[in-house]
Amino acid sequence: MENYISLFVKAVFIENLALSFFLGMCTFIAVSKKISTAMGLGIAVMVVQAITVPANNIVYHALLKEDALSWMGITGVDLSFLALLSCIGMIAALVQILEMILDKFFPALYHALGIFLPLITVNCAILGGSLFMIERDYNLGESVTYGVGSGLGWALAITVMAGVREKLKYSDIPAGLQGLGITFITAGLMSLGFMAFSGIQL
Amino acid sequence: MSDILNDETKKVLVEPLVTNNPITLQVLGICSALAVTSQMSTSLIMALALTLVTACSSAAISSIRNHIPSSIRIIVQMTIIASLVIVVDQCLKAFAYDVSKQLSVFVGLIITNCIVMGRAEAYAMKNPPLESFMDGIGNGAGYSLILIIVAFFRETLGSGKLLGIEVFKLTKDGGWYDPNGLMLLPPSAFFIIGLIIWSVRQWKPAQNETVEFKILSISHGEGGHH
Repeated sequence: MENYISLFVKAVFIENLALSFFLGMCTFIAVSKKISTAMGLGIAVMVVQAITVPANNIVYHALLKEDALSWMGITGVDLSFLALLSCIGMIAALVQILEMILDKFFPALYHALGIFLPLITVNCAILGGSLFMIERDYNLGESVTYGVGSGLGWALAITVMAGVREKLKYSDIPAGLQGLGITFITAGLMSLGFMAFSGIQL
Repeated sequence: MSDILNDETKKVLVEPLVTNNPITLQVLGICSALAVTSQMSTSLIMALALTLVTACSSAAISSIRNHIPSSIRIIVQMTIIASLVIVVDQCLKAFAYDVSKQLSVFVGLIITNCIVMGRAEAYAMKNPPLESFMDGIGNGAGYSLILIIVAFFRETLGSGKLLGIEVFKLTKDGGWYDPNGLMLLPPSAFFIIGLIIWSVRQWKPAQNETVEFKILSISHGEGGHH
């Protein structure tokens, strides 16, 4: 249990996908102008991350890992080089399915989150989460924790960012730094703030 | 030479460097651009890998662009890009294992790098293979330029070295330079990109963004209170 809590805290704060690994930056910068949209996207990322990381974990351990096919009687096969292709395929398929399910059963939620879902397929944070899971060799329980935690961390970062940017538009910024430039500097300051968590040991 | 380097080719090769840089202007592909820049060597490998993937995927997608049904084009593009990235990843593992370990997941993340997808979608779907290839090279070079600038500052200021060769002698080795540890940490990359954007826009004011809210100066028409 302790292990899971530590992993969760680490995924949310210390190894925040957006601020210490720069993942999902394109959407992080582009969709952080309003708190409400940022929060919507954040929640969508969290949901998708919580589904895709464990799903990729199952696929990787059941099919791709070295000697994973031994349950079918095939030994000595290492398909791990296909991990990239299978991860991205899995993510695209799951996002598509999620979109259909939301559309059919939860129309209200679909209207709130639907526009973000296509964006998420190409969000580096989602693929990055799955690849980190493979690289660090998480088991199924850990991958669920990591998926939820890293998604939450990303959502937190983009929401805070949007909050700062909403206030930022009232400030007098030099013309060349307007918009993109100041956003990067703000992200840098936030990242500096998140560095403060790095000493936490559980 | 003049046959190949016609105006269009020159335009797609040179424009992405400053005038239409994918990172500073289009905000594409910054994800991986920052994470690998604490060292020059990893940045160079990353830049090379991304340029190759962008150029080859643009050429490949452009050559089959008339046969892809538009409803499944994203997944087709994704598969082509992912296959190319797997090739790059395996080559790195075979020939430069140490670098591939340092780059860890970021080689894989070239798949979702917005530059690759963006160029495939915006340019390669409408133009013939050769031009698309050149466009890929141009955009890859624009990305590489930023990556190399960031890596240059981070490595020299952060550890006093460039490509592993000593530039400033560190105090701990009896020299004069006290390394700035912040440069090796993630926040510095954000600051450097922000400053690069500022300087590019200072140089080319046409890129400035329009202000959403104008701050009204109180002194207007009232003779100078502040």
